[in-house]
Amino acid sequence: MTINRRGFLGISGAAIAVSAVAPGLRLIELAEGRAPDQAVTPKQRWGLLIDAAKCADGCTACIDACHEENGVTGNNRPATDPQWIRKVTVEDNTTGFRQSFPVMCQHCEHPPCVDVCPTGASFKRADGIVLVDKHTCIGCRYCMMACPYKARSFIHEVTTGQKTHAPRGKGTVESCTLCVHKVDRGDNTTACAVACKKEGHEAILFGDLNDPGSEIRKRLKQKPSTQLRPDLKLNTGVRYQGV
Amino acid sequence: MANIHYRPFEGCTTGFYGVLAVLAGVLLAALGAAWYMEHNGHWVTGMTNQVIWGTPHVFAVFLIVAASGALNVASISSVFGRALYKPLSRLSGLLAVALLAGGLMVLVLDLGRPDRLIVAMTYYNFKSIFAWNIFLYVGFFAVVIVYLWMMMERKMNVYSKPVGLFAFTWRLILTTGTGSIFGFLVARDAYNSAVLAPMFIVFSFAYGLAIYLLVLMAAMKGSGRDLGDVVFTRLRRLLGVFIAGSFYFVLVYHLTNLYIAQRHGIEEFILLNGGIYTQMFWIGQMLVGGLIPMVICFHNGLGRSRALVTLACLLVVIGGLAQMYVTIIGGQAFPMQLLPDKTLVSSGFFDGVVASYRPSLPEILLGVGGVAIALLLTAVAVRALPFLPESLADAVADPHHKAA
Repeated sequence: MTINRRGFLGISGAAIAVSAVAPGLRLIELAEGRAPDQAVTPKQRWGLLIDAAKCADGCTACIDACHEENGVTGNNRPATDPQWIRKVTVEDNTTGFRQSFPVMCQHCEHPPCVDVCPTGASFKRADGIVLVDKHTCIGCRYCMMACPYKARSFIHEVTTGQKTHAPRGKGTVESCTLCVHKVDRGDNTTACAVACKKEGHEAILFGDLNDPGSEIRKRLKQKPSTQLRPDLKLNTGVRYQGV
Repeated sequence: MANIHYRPFEGCTTGFYGVLAVLAGVLLAALGAAWYMEHNGHWVTGMTNQVIWGTPHVFAVFLIVAASGALNVASISSVFGRALYKPLSRLSGLLAVALLAGGLMVLVLDLGRPDRLIVAMTYYNFKSIFAWNIFLYVGFFAVVIVYLWMMMERKMNVYSKPVGLFAFTWRLILTTGTGSIFGFLVARDAYNSAVLAPMFIVFSFAYGLAIYLLVLMAAMKGSGRDLGDVVFTRLRRLLGVFIAGSFYFVLVYHLTNLYIAQRHGIEEFILLNGGIYTQMFWIGQMLVGGLIPMVICFHNGLGRSRALVTLACLLVVIGGLAQMYVTIIGGQAFPMQLLPDKTLVSSGFFDGVVASYRPSLPEILLGVGGVAIALLLTAVAVRALPFLPESLADAVADPHHKAA
């Protein structure tokens, strides 16, 4: 194939135009990302996809990483020590098939904990992350009564080793923050997901449920998934596959 | 009806001051217990991340429910125009305020951060039934105090009927709110039911009247005033009706749950194999708090005995606390499931197992402290102001009464 002069100029011109405009378009995309001082928007809906088939029995890497990342410490009193994430084992009622997977705050679209909180301390951010405002939590524990997932813990005693990004205080309620400090920093992952990947399991995937191009959306589109307590129609931000 | 004369408790008998001293002692112990729990954190109590609301809530909710019920006697007079109840009205309003104060004290002192009460008063989430309740409780104090003023100030007596109607409506909404604290909880099988609101209203009738009758008998006897059989018989039979009403609602609640396959687990737990909760239900709530006092109240032979009716009232109170224990703690102890057709068999966080709970001494002390402050407020008030009629003898209460 031979290209005449006119054709060459045309293609070159188009290539130059694309290379000139494309970064600009990319810049627009980046500009739509959020600066730290900007409010979160409902454009994103952060969530997790947990593949129970990949979750290894006896592995607690996600729990250890979460508690390390957020300075969640206990006092060797299992009934009152806080847990932001835990591994549960379920058994099929008919077949007896057993499997384990991690459970944490499910970051519901319609969180019962937010509905019942008298002071509004329990709240949902525009990007779907459900949090507790430590300044207005009065420790009534109504949110813990309301949560179907037992995702929340009451801080039963004085805390030590707090992290600046995860303030904790005796007499208030806390739960998984979806590593909100990492999300806001733009890490685009959570401590549990990182730890699980490091262990080679990749059972936990963090991502934007609103973004059709995100890995989490692609995987959710490929295979069936479920929510915990689907009967309650809370539209959880944490989804499960392989259960 | 003859003119009713009210008089404060007279005389400074050692007995009266003895009662005050005992109540004050219990209250001090309760405050000490609250300080101990707040200082150390809730791990020193029986409460855990599984059983989140413990014995203080049992007492607090019982007292709040009883408070609204105690107002009924006044409502029967003002709203339903029963003259026989008129001399009983002031004490009814007083007990309503005192019991609510007791319940709220326990509730607030059991918060993780009671020092943030001001936050609860200034930040509101109006979707929360708890937030509504803050208004309902504070409003109840205001409404009942105004109602007492209308009843106790001769010039204002004409307004006692409309204000009484308002107070009656308010108390119905208040108990609806208290029942809905549980009724609106979708997560747990024991709750999430509209019937809890009317059920709590009927419970309140029984608890409130039982406490009212106990206090009335003690106060009249303690101040050497007559309490005739006319008033006494009317109140004890009314208590019997309220206990029967409670039975009806408990029956409807459990029948509804038994019809829903998803709820068979919790019903089996409460009614059959829940250990302490099953015992508390059948022995505490049904037998001790229901059947026995109902028989005493309705039986014309047994019901004549003041001692037996006093016992019946005490049994209603004990049964009421048992009912709250079953509802509040039993409802939390029963495990939640995460997925349909799958049973949670284990976790590092007590999933899938019946949560254990043992009330600790400080919790019990705090709860009993709520009762103590309610009685203390009542005792001081009847000493200071004319809440009690000089006599409730049959001839005074019912001029048409002819001695047999």
